[in-house]
Amino acid sequence: MSQFFHQPCRWRPAILGLLLAMLAFAPLTPAHAQSAPTSQTAADPYLGLTSRDLDDVVSAVNAISVSGDARARKVLDALGNNELYTWKYPRPDAGLFIHDTDSGAWLNARTGATIAAPPFMQVRRIVASDMVTGAIATAEGVLDLSSPDTATRQKAAEAIFESPAAGTLPIVQHALSHEQNPRVRATLLQAEAADQLALSTTDQTTQLAAVNTIAARGDMAARNELASLSGAPKAVAVAAATAIKHIDFSLKLWSWGETVYYGLSLGSVLLLAAAGLAITFGVMGVINMAHGEMVMIGAYATFVVQQVFRAYAPDLFGASVIVAIPVAFVVAGAIGILIERCLIRFLYGRPLETLLATWGLSLVLQQAVRSGFGAENQNVATPDWMSGFFMVGGLTITLNRLCIIIFAFAVVGGLMAVMRFTPLGLRMRAVTQNRRMAASMGIRTPWIDAMTFGLGSGIAGVAGVALAQIDNVSPNLGQNYIIDSFMVVVFGGVGNLWGTVLAAMTLGIVNKGLEPVAGAVLGKIVVLVLIILFIQRRPRGLFPVKGRAVEA
Amino acid sequence: MTRLSLTLTPVIIIGVAIILAILNLATPATSALHVSDFVVGLAGKYLCYALLALAVDLVWGFAGILTLGHAAFFALGGYCMGMYLTREIGARGVYANANLPDFMIFIGWKQLPWYWHGFAWFPFAMVMVLVVPAILAAVFGFLAFRSRVSGVYLSIITQALTYALLLAFFRNDMGFGGNNGMTDFKDIIGFPLNRSSTTTALMVISAIFTAGAFLFARWLVGSRYGQVLVAVRDAESRTRFLGYRPEYYKLVVWVLSAVIAGIGGALYVPQVGIINPGEFAPANSIEAVIWVAVGGRGTLSGAILGAVLVNFGKTILTGALPGAWLYALGGLFILVTLFLPKGIVGTFARRTGNDAALPTAHEKQGLAAIDGQTADLAEAGADIEDGEKTA
Repeated sequence: MSQFFHQPCRWRPAILGLLLAMLAFAPLTPAHAQSAPTSQTAADPYLGLTSRDLDDVVSAVNAISVSGDARARKVLDALGNNELYTWKYPRPDAGLFIHDTDSGAWLNARTGATIAAPPFMQVRRIVASDMVTGAIATAEGVLDLSSPDTATRQKAAEAIFESPAAGTLPIVQHALSHEQNPRVRATLLQAEAADQLALSTTDQTTQLAAVNTIAARGDMAARNELASLSGAPKAVAVAAATAIKHIDFSLKLWSWGETVYYGLSLGSVLLLAAAGLAITFGVMGVINMAHGEMVMIGAYATFVVQQVFRAYAPDLFGASVIVAIPVAFVVAGAIGILIERCLIRFLYGRPLETLLATWGLSLVLQQAVRSGFGAENQNVATPDWMSGFFMVGGLTITLNRLCIIIFAFAVVGGLMAVMRFTPLGLRMRAVTQNRRMAASMGIRTPWIDAMTFGLGSGIAGVAGVALAQIDNVSPNLGQNYIIDSFMVVVFGGVGNLWGTVLAAMTLGIVNKGLEPVAGAVLGKIVVLVLIILFIQRRPRGLFPVKGRAVEA
Repeated sequence: MTRLSLTLTPVIIIGVAIILAILNLATPATSALHVSDFVVGLAGKYLCYALLALAVDLVWGFAGILTLGHAAFFALGGYCMGMYLTREIGARGVYANANLPDFMIFIGWKQLPWYWHGFAWFPFAMVMVLVVPAILAAVFGFLAFRSRVSGVYLSIITQALTYALLLAFFRNDMGFGGNNGMTDFKDIIGFPLNRSSTTTALMVISAIFTAGAFLFARWLVGSRYGQVLVAVRDAESRTRFLGYRPEYYKLVVWVLSAVIAGIGGALYVPQVGIINPGEFAPANSIEAVIWVAVGGRGTLSGAILGAVLVNFGKTILTGALPGAWLYALGGLFILVTLFLPKGIVGTFARRTGNDAALPTAHEKQGLAAIDGQTADLAEAGADIEDGEKTA
C-alpha cells in the first residue's frame, strides 16, 4: 500500500523542476502570450509528447498547460481522446498530428492547419495511459483557471484541489494573485494548500497552515487529501490526523443529519396521510378503510385542476398546486360527508362492521376512478418553484420535499387550530367526550358527526395534493398508504394529534435510519414488526387518552 | 335442525364432489353430462377457499377476533406445499439440476438453503404445512392475546403481519422465488398434475378435508371449550372474572384456525399450479372475511356457503363483465354489513336454536354494557391493587 502511495512522487520532483524552469521563460496567461519571446528550446512545449517515455509525456502535458499557447486545449483534448499521432520513428520536425475521428481530417497539432493524411505505417498514436490522463485532467484544470467564466474557474480550482500536483502550485498562486471572486478564491487557497502539502520542500509552518486550510473545508475531499499525506514531518502528520478525526466526526454528523432529514421527509408524508385518519379514526373512532381513497381523490383533484390550468391558463401553471389544495379539500370533504350520511352513521358502535363496509367502499371508489380516468398513472407536474435544490453544509435539500415537510406541519397546525379555536372544533370535542351531554346542550350531534368526518376526509384530500407530487397518481395510490396511516395513528395513540405527529416522525426517521443497514424493504418489514411488538407492550399507543370514552 | 345441519353439510360437500368426480372421469367428453377438468379444478379451488373461510369463521364468528391476515397462514401452507412440489420437479427444470430449484440457479445460488432441507420428502412437507402456520400463529397470538390487544387494534396488526410477510416474500434473497414465487410443478407424489384423474382426486381430497374440518370445528365449538369461547366473544372481561383465562382460549382457537387455513393453502397450490407472494396481499384476507360475512358469521356451514357463493359469483362476473367485479365485491361488503349482518345462513337459521348464534344488536348492547362495567370494575381493582403495591 505504501509503495502505491509513494509511486507518484518518483516523477513529481522532475516535473517540478521542469515547470519551474519553464516559468522562468514562459508567460503564464494567454493574455501575455503574444508579447512573449519564443526561445527555440523552451518554446516547443509539445516536443515531449513525441517521446516514448511516459514521464516525458507527462512533463509535456504539464508544460503545455502553462505554455499559454492558444492550441494547448485542442492538443490536450486530442491526447485525451486518443486522437493524437506522431511519427513512428523520430524525425527532426517532431511532427504532431490530430486525426479527427469524426470528420476523418488530419491536422497539424501545432498550427491547426489541415494537412494531407500522413502515411499510415509511419505514424503511431500517442497512448494516453492512466498517468497521462491524470496529468491531462490537471492540465485542463490549469487552463480553465484563466477562463473568464466563474463556474469554470471554480470547477478547475476544485479539480486541482482534488488531485494536487506540486507542479500546479505556481499556477494556483498566479491565479490567486488576480482572482476576484471570493468563492473561487477560497477554493484556490485550498488548492494552494493541497499543492503545498504535495510539495516535499515546503517548510513545516507552511505545511501546518496548509493542513488547517484543508481541514477547514471539512468534506470528504478534504479528508481524502489529508489521508493521502505521506512522508510529512511528525507535527504535520499529527495535525493531519487530528483534522481527519474532526472531519470524520462532522461528516458523521452530516450523514446523521441527512438521515434525519430524509426521515422527516418520509415522516411528513406519513403525517399527511395519517392526519385525516387521526380525526376520523382517532377522534370519532370510525375505522375508515376508504381513507386511502380520499387521499387518492385529492390526488386526482390535483390532476384535474392541473389539466384545467394547462388548457385555460398555462401561464399561471405555477399556481395550480395552490389552487388544488382547497379544491381537493372540498371535493374529498364533500364525498366524506356523503359517505358519513349514507353509510357510516348506520354503523356507529360497530367498529368491525364499519371496517368491512368502508373496505367495500374503497373497492367501489377505486373502481369508479379506474372507470373514469383509466388504470394508468396520471401525469401530475411539479411546478417550477417547487423543483430544484440547495445545499446546507453537507446536506442537499430538495425543494419539493421541503415544501411537503412544511405543508405537513402547516396542515396539522391548522387542524389543531380548528379543533381548539373554532366553534366547530369545540362542538367536535364536546361530542366525542360526551355525546348525550352535548346533545342536551343543543348541539346537533349528527351534523357534527358529518362535519367531523368531512373534515377528516378533506384533510386526506389535501394530503393527496402533496402526495401527487412524489407518488404515482393511479387508482391504487390510496392502498399504499392505508396500512401505514393506521400504523401511525395506532402507534401515536388514538385521539391524540401530537401523538400522531410524533409517531409519524419517529416512524419516518427509524425507517430511513434502518434503510442503509437493512435495505429499504427489510427496513420496512422491521418497522412493521417493531410496531406489532410495540402494540403488544402498549396497546393504546404512545400517548393513550385516559378515561372511559376510550373503552367504548 | 342442528343435528341435521351437522350431518347435512359434510354429506352435501362430499356428495357433490363425488358426483363431479364421476361425471368427469366416467363420462365421455362428448356427453352432455360430462364435467370438464376446468369445472373440477374450480370446485377444488372453491373448497380450498371454504377451508380458509372456516378458519376465519372459527376465530371471528366464535372468538370475536376479526382477522385481516388469515391469508398469511393460507399462503404459508401453500408455500410449504410449493416447496415440496418444487423439489419434486427435480432435474426436469429448465436448468436440469436435481439439487437446486431453477430460481435459485437463476439468482446464482450454489447450495440449497438449510430451511429447504427435507422438503423433498412428502411426509415432512405435510408436517410443515401444519407446523409453520401453527408456530407463527402461536407466537403472534401469544403476544397479542397476553397483552390483551383486541378489537380493531388486533385487526390492524394482523393486517400489518400479512403485509410484512408480503414484503418479505417479495425479496429474492428469502429463497422462495421472490416476485415470481414457485410454479411449473410437474407431479405430486408421482401423479402428474396435468392429468384429469389427479385434478379430480385433489378436488375430492379437498372435499374430504373441508368436510373433516367442518366436523372438527363443529365439535370444537359445541364442546365446553367452545362455549367458553363464545362467552369470551360476547363478554371477555366478564369471562375473565368468572375465572377463565380468555387469552388461552383465544390462543388455542387461533392456532387451530391457522392450521386449517394452512391446509387450505397446501391443497390450493397443486390445484392452481402456482404460489407467489400475491397470496399474502391484505386484500385477500379481507376478501375471506366477506365470504364469512355473506354466508353467516358464527355459522360454520355459512362460512363454506359464503366462500363458494362469492367465488362462484367472482368467476361468473370476471368472465362476463371484468370491470364490474370490484363494484360487486365492494357493494357486497356494504350491503351485507348494512342489511344482512347475520349473513345468509344466520338469517334463515335464526329460529332454529343454532348453538352459537351471534347476539342481536340489542343483546349486544346489553352485553357490551355489562362487559364495560366489568372492565371498569377491573380497572378500578387494578388501580387499588397498584396503590397497595406502591404503598
